[in-house]
Amino acid sequence: MVKIAEQDTSLLNLFNESRNLIEKDASPLVNQWRTKAEEAFRQLGIPSNKVEAYKYTNLQPWFKAQYAYSFSENGYQGKIDEIFKCDVESMESHTVFMVNGKFIPGSNGNVLPQGVVIGSFFELAKKHSHIVEKYYSKIAPVTEDGMVALNTMYATDGIFIHVPAGKVVEKPIQIVNILTGEKDLMVNQRNLIVIEENAQARVLFCDHTLTQSRFVINSVTEAQIDGTSNLDFYNIQNQHNGTIQVGGYYFNQEKQSVLNANYFTLHTGIARNNIFARLGGEHAENHISGLYLIDKNQHVDNFSYINHAVPDCESNELFKGVMDDASTGAFTGRILVAKDAQRTNAYQSNNNLLLTENAKMNTRPQLEIYADDVKCSHGATVGQLDDNALFYLRARGISKEEANILLRFAFAYEVIEKIQMPELKEQIRELVEKRFRGELDKCDSCVVCGQVDKRGLSCV
Amino acid sequence: MLKIKDLHAKIDGKEILRGINLEVKAGEIHAIMGPNGSGKSTLAAVLTGNEAFEVNEGAVEFNGQDLLDMAPEDRAREGLFLSFQYPVEIPGVSMTNFMRTALNEQKKHKGEDPLSASDFLKLMRDRKKLVDIDSDLTNRSVNEGFSGGEKKKNEIFQMAMLDPKLAILDETDSGLDIDALRIVANGVNKLKRSDNATILITHYQRLLDYIEPDYVHVLYKGRIVKSAGKELARELEEKGYDWIKKEFEE
Repeated sequence: MVKIAEQDTSLLNLFNESRNLIEKDASPLVNQWRTKAEEAFRQLGIPSNKVEAYKYTNLQPWFKAQYAYSFSENGYQGKIDEIFKCDVESMESHTVFMVNGKFIPGSNGNVLPQGVVIGSFFELAKKHSHIVEKYYSKIAPVTEDGMVALNTMYATDGIFIHVPAGKVVEKPIQIVNILTGEKDLMVNQRNLIVIEENAQARVLFCDHTLTQSRFVINSVTEAQIDGTSNLDFYNIQNQHNGTIQVGGYYFNQEKQSVLNANYFTLHTGIARNNIFARLGGEHAENHISGLYLIDKNQHVDNFSYINHAVPDCESNELFKGVMDDASTGAFTGRILVAKDAQRTNAYQSNNNLLLTENAKMNTRPQLEIYADDVKCSHGATVGQLDDNALFYLRARGISKEEANILLRFAFAYEVIEKIQMPELKEQIRELVEKRFRGELDKCDSCVVCGQVDKRGLSCV
Repeated sequence: MLKIKDLHAKIDGKEILRGINLEVKAGEIHAIMGPNGSGKSTLAAVLTGNEAFEVNEGAVEFNGQDLLDMAPEDRAREGLFLSFQYPVEIPGVSMTNFMRTALNEQKKHKGEDPLSASDFLKLMRDRKKLVDIDSDLTNRSVNEGFSGGEKKKNEIFQMAMLDPKLAILDETDSGLDIDALRIVANGVNKLKRSDNATILITHYQRLLDYIEPDYVHVLYKGRIVKSAGKELARELEEKGYDWIKKEFEE
């Protein structure tokens, strides 16, 4: 048992003092979970590096009650469309804005297929109580992970997506998560995505910071992917160096469902992704990939857990990182193959490129296999740029700097190739190249909302 | 075009080149032959600026400039080209992107405008035809999964694209089957002009059946121990290197 550190008590105290405000007008089903979450959090606390799963990322110094906390509003005054100008160029989408973890009404432009719901978790959790009852806090490990417990205590708003059986949302659903404001801020965003049987959706989370304040984010996304349904999920992180983000993504897959999940950490301070996928129905499959490009003192820790609970499922995992300066990275790839999960195919690989002697990477595959008829493989590499390749390029007249960029891009390319949407692939390709050239701006955004309005208050 | 004077070079403290003297003029083809370990590939590496080797004596002048003073990319931009003995595989970098970047950096160096996309593609098509290379190769990553012969053909294709003043072919013939050898040789012959020059580094005489050299040099223990016309290659093919070694030791 991990000793409860002082700061944990401060978050508990804040919770108890503010509980009325937090619970005000919220779904009773969501409120019900807070007591259980509080009990768990009292035991678990904020994970330090003594907790095995958080060995390479100690969160205790960051998660304290000292940050500003607004329970009722997002603390932002002004019009969102003045900040973000949505010039739809190459791809149309359903675009939704979240500011400091709160849904911005009226920011969804396109007409949705009948029955499909996208909107505020705070509002929609009340309206769709049968969904909340069925899935809320059932997919994320509320009593096992201190960060999920914390989120469940404080959760008020987030994004709610419900795609009913048989519906296909053709245009991608883009959630632009904006952090802004003059005060240092903590955000506990809670998202729920339910894709019912034989339905399809593509969801993009784009994470941005617009002001220089310190942002501490603890978001939890639960996603239910029913039988024969299909979810493409993308997370693009472009935040300033003072950002600390713990992103928990918990997927539950039923039979013959397909999940593609792609994580691009282009710029951030400290990022920890918890990516859990449970293959709970036969012939379900998932393809999960990640690319992290970090420099200075940035830190990225991808922790994945693929749970093969039943036979005949397949999982593919590819994470790649390029680390410059004194940046540090970590990857954990846990794969559990249950006792009866025969004929499982599970593949995992993590490759890293260290550009300096000060950059560091910790990578650990963790395979637990209890079935005897399975195909599982894992591989991890940590290396440097190939001197021979560098010389080959230079011998053709390409400068050292350009050759460097070409080779780094070549390394990252494999992950970019996993993107299913051509427009997004092109956009990410450009962003990654900009990143390697040191030209990535925090105004550089995701695919649809390509440009932040230069006249707006946004780009500091 | 190229003047090498008393060139010495070492790797890991071991001297490989021990006083090379050679002059190559425009319009000439020189063949450098020699037994294994004589320093042939080291000479090619030193001339193109491979940093694994240290030049401890001597000078190299390339079109009036001090070659040894230049970075590898600047040597290439000034018109030096090496066809690698072992071309490197670079997964993820497409041939097209690679060639466009290389060509445009060389153009920039000369103060010329970069090629437009359509002009570039036209040039690619043109050069592919000239060296008789599968169009399929340029759709792939640089050398990735190429056979030995494809890699060597690809080197000649790059040479055709970049149009160098001086090309050094480092054992481009070794391991090539007769068809690939013919393609490589044809490429070199077609690219030959009165204002460019070629150095062929080879172990065997076979390539010289297809490309006729003006001079043949024998490199042995880091020095050029014999220079003559193309008949020397035939003599070496018949008698091997032993008589040269003997002559040299005496």
